[in-house]
Amino acid sequence: MMRACLGIFFLSLAAVAQAIEAPPTAQDPVLEARLNNLAKELRCLVCQNETLADSHAELALDLRREIRDKMRQGMTDQQITAYLTQRYGDFVLYRPPVKSTTWLLWFGPFLLLIAAVGGLTFFLKRRRRVLEDIPLSAEETAHLNALLHAEKKQP
Amino acid sequence: MLRFLAPFAVFVALIVFFAIGLKRDPREIPSPLINQQAPAFKLQQLQAPSKQFSPSDMLGQVWLFNVWASWCVSCREEHPVFVELSKSKLVPIVGLNYKDKSADALQWLIQFGNPYVLSAMDLDGRVGIDYGVYGVPETYVIDKQGVIRMKHIGPVTPEILQNKILPRVRELSK
Repeated sequence: MMRACLGIFFLSLAAVAQAIEAPPTAQDPVLEARLNNLAKELRCLVCQNETLADSHAELALDLRREIRDKMRQGMTDQQITAYLTQRYGDFVLYRPPVKSTTWLLWFGPFLLLIAAVGGLTFFLKRRRRVLEDIPLSAEETAHLNALLHAEKKQP
Repeated sequence: MLRFLAPFAVFVALIVFFAIGLKRDPREIPSPLINQQAPAFKLQQLQAPSKQFSPSDMLGQVWLFNVWASWCVSCREEHPVFVELSKSKLVPIVGLNYKDKSADALQWLIQFGNPYVLSAMDLDGRVGIDYGVYGVPETYVIDKQGVIRMKHIGPVTPEILQNKILPRVRELSK
């Protein structure tokens, strides 16, 4: 694994070197803007915390080239996303689709929130019961008054 | 009693989650291509540039499809495993020489041995994209009908070959 990681590291170094040499792709600014917008929604599979738009990994360059070609062929963004998920799975999407396998991912936080609110309500209700005033008996009141007066006289 | 047990149970549950999380490899992304027909292509062969290779040439036999390149460091790690396997003649191995230079690739095979029946040259990496390749080396097990049955990402070790790949190959060869 370590070696694979190193390999990818060197590979990305090579890719950076290439990226510097790459000619500016401003021939079609509209297409480039569209490409950039779409690439921001897609994950680079080599450096998984980067979008396809930000990544300089060689695979990201290839995928951007592929997306550019598909756009020139007139494919819609949805078709291109489908093309990529067919090959790389939902993992390429930064916004995973809502389906049975991702329910826990989408609704899990809300479940946690509901559980936390429930727990808090339970706790607060129980605490109120503990804090409720219990009236003093006649004997206790007399004792309390005696103590309070004794304190007043002393100083 | 519950006051102390409940937080402790939550703590233990978290530890278990983290322990499982640590052991999982984030680089292993489940491939949507499993149990799908292997994508078709037609590519020039590395050692016989006049000839072409297409996955349909392998119909009727179980085969391994190994993505490799001379620039790929961990390919060197797994290469002896494949050289050994090719001697045993258990299963044919076809190489996909991914984004490589022909001269470098040929030199690499001379230096480290050639376990491949043949290698197809994917110069621009387009076939790699069709197969969802994102980290070379990658190895696919493809069945007699040309359906991808298994994918392994990263170098194949003798353990992975014996415990994961070969049992699958035997099962599919029946």
